[in-house]
Amino acid sequence: MSARSEVKNILLCGVGGQGTILTSRILTEGLIRAGYDVKMSEVHGMAQRGGSVSTQVRYGEKVNSPLFGRGQADVCVAFERMEAVRYAGFLKPGGICVVNDYRLTPMSVAVGGAAYPENAVAAMEAAFETIAIPAADVAAGLGNARTMNVVLFGALVRALGLAGLPGVDWEDVIKSLIPGKLLAVNLEAFRAGLRG
Amino acid sequence: MKRLLTGNEAIARGLYEAGGRFASAYPGTPSTEILENLPQYKEAVYSEWAPNEKVAAEAAYGASMAGARSLAAMKHVGLNVAADPLFTAAYNGVGAGFIIVSADDPGMHSSQNEQDNRHYAKAAKIPMLEPADSAECKDFVAEAFRISETFDTPVLLRVTTRISHSKSLVEPGERVEVPLRRYEPNIVKYVSTPANAMRHHPEVERRLIDMEIYSNNSPLNFEEMNGTDIGIVCASVCRQYAKDVFADGASYFHVGMSWPLPIERIRAFAGKVKTLYVIEELDPLMEDALKAAGIDCVGKAKTPLVGELNPQILAEVLLGERAVTKEVDAEAAARPPVLCAGCPHRGFFYTLAKGNKNKNYVIAGDIGCYTLGSAPPLSSIESCICMGGGFTVAAGMAQVFAREGDDRVVFGVMGDSTFMHSGITGAAEIIYNGAKVIPCVLDNSITAMTGHQDNPSTGRTLMGGEAPVISIEGTLRALGYEKVLTADPQDLAAMQEAVDEAVAAIKGGTPVAIVTKRPCVLIKGLKLEKGLCVVDTDECKYCKLCSKAGCPAVVMREKEKAAWIDSTLCTGCTVCMQVCPFGAISAVSGSVEVAK
Repeated sequence: MSARSEVKNILLCGVGGQGTILTSRILTEGLIRAGYDVKMSEVHGMAQRGGSVSTQVRYGEKVNSPLFGRGQADVCVAFERMEAVRYAGFLKPGGICVVNDYRLTPMSVAVGGAAYPENAVAAMEAAFETIAIPAADVAAGLGNARTMNVVLFGALVRALGLAGLPGVDWEDVIKSLIPGKLLAVNLEAFRAGLRG
Repeated sequence: MKRLLTGNEAIARGLYEAGGRFASAYPGTPSTEILENLPQYKEAVYSEWAPNEKVAAEAAYGASMAGARSLAAMKHVGLNVAADPLFTAAYNGVGAGFIIVSADDPGMHSSQNEQDNRHYAKAAKIPMLEPADSAECKDFVAEAFRISETFDTPVLLRVTTRISHSKSLVEPGERVEVPLRRYEPNIVKYVSTPANAMRHHPEVERRLIDMEIYSNNSPLNFEEMNGTDIGIVCASVCRQYAKDVFADGASYFHVGMSWPLPIERIRAFAGKVKTLYVIEELDPLMEDALKAAGIDCVGKAKTPLVGELNPQILAEVLLGERAVTKEVDAEAAARPPVLCAGCPHRGFFYTLAKGNKNKNYVIAGDIGCYTLGSAPPLSSIESCICMGGGFTVAAGMAQVFAREGDDRVVFGVMGDSTFMHSGITGAAEIIYNGAKVIPCVLDNSITAMTGHQDNPSTGRTLMGGEAPVISIEGTLRALGYEKVLTADPQDLAAMQEAVDEAVAAIKGGTPVAIVTKRPCVLIKGLKLEKGLCVVDTDECKYCKLCSKAGCPAVVMREKEKAAWIDSTLCTGCTVCMQVCPFGAISAVSGSVEVAK
């Protein structure tokens, strides 16, 4: 009865300010160039104030809903490792998790009380096919720690097997969305993520 | 070529293509980007930020009277503010087409409630259109203008977060120029004296009947027959959710014009299927109307009244398909939004929290980034109701305290944009009725929470022009505040001095207000020489006092028994440095200067 199986569902999650929205824009632009129907759902507003954020991208021949629910994501890209745990319930049992092995301490932990899950990556690995990447270190090594989102994007392209997608030159897509001064380092970041 | 647009971008495009000439709004998530996307069409469409939603609706209505196709946009709670002009505009009718966009927020992603604004269409007896994707957002604007001009009525274009902030493909078209309808005085039409209003009301009732006939014939409402077992009546984004779950395993009645409902078409559809579901978020507006018309259907008996829907929820409640997930052996700690590192509000709230150790302050707050001052460890906002409520709730509390001999000091807190929105009347209430309240305006030079829009105190307009700066301090002085104390909230000594002086003044019976002045660190184009604070771990006694400032960049490291500052977040605002009693924190790249 369901048409959902024909559509790929991707969840990008992280902390407001980490660049999840830019990353999903690069992804959706490429998927459109490849001729897919694409829908994307994001939440703005209070989310930009260091809170937990998520963006959903769906693509396929024909996509109806811009939104999917729990147990429906094919891939989850977590820009921070605790956020992978928070959104794990959205992954299908056979889903893939691409996780940035990077910690941002939330206020609930910083001011005492709550505990940060030190085993976040291990717990994800035990439940799902998990690709953990020290994207912050990789990006810092390239000279700009803020490009960690594009490192993760490279890893996502690899995980989805989209590197050779006909009709799309991903570097060309990045060029169209990231301004001149920052382009070179972002292209390096993409290649680093793609290499793994 | 098709473009991937958000619903908000598509509404802006739709206004341009449909010959729109005027748009006004007050920013509010999820509606804000409708107006933000209009200056690109400024040759054809005038667009502006209004001080509040009521002003936006009135200005857009005036533009309609002047003969221009116009639109006012707002978030759901904004329509509460604009409800006054809406209900009477519904009686008087329009000049050229007049649209009010209500962007609702089921699930409360960024709102104080999840009221269902479809009720406004019913209550004001005006037509309502609900697009289901970005392409419809664009197309429905043109149809809304046609309906507005045909039936001489404002039209409600109702969207939700998942329409406004979801992207789908749109085919842009050419602008169709619509001539201005020349304004001629029409006192009977536009002056809502009781005598005229009594003439209008029967017309409104007749119009409703005519519009229902129109709705029954509108191509915006259509059947999609796939079988006779299950029929689904749905509107807005729920049309997409339903198709996602049932695909061709159900027949659909797609409702695009959802008020007045096309009852006779739905009755005919209901007659073709065995089970009729009504799928709608929040309240049973369509379900109640169907049942009142004697159409048997299943709605809220199965679907939740609370929160937003999604395909998985529908699959579960209607088909019994539970989500299959895997347990993860770890638990995520809460990560609510916080005042950013370097936020100028931090110094203000830290100072209030410090002075309030004995609970001798009462602090009424308002809507904006500073609402986050309610979160621990600052915990310095004790109420937040609506735009402008900060001063007036404080005034009511203060009057009760004064009569009962309760000597706690009452503060009312709001930002610069909220002051312009509806804070000025509250500041007048305090003076007029002698409420013992210290109104505080946290001026960060921008409407920050909604993503940085200009307002009457910033000196710039939506279309990029310069504007006179309306002085907040000058306004307060004009209202009668004898002392208006300004302070840089990042200078804790100065902030403390201002609070002490204000408390002494209010106790002595002198009307006093505080204005903190420092721009938001996130303002684009603002030349902020970013500094950095570092902890000398040898000097740090791990007293954790710096954590009381609630900065996300300052982390307590239990293993090292020392505070640590995340250099990727720190802006060098030095609040933590000023808090540290041991001199263990220093600014490594000099002081931070902000230049406009």
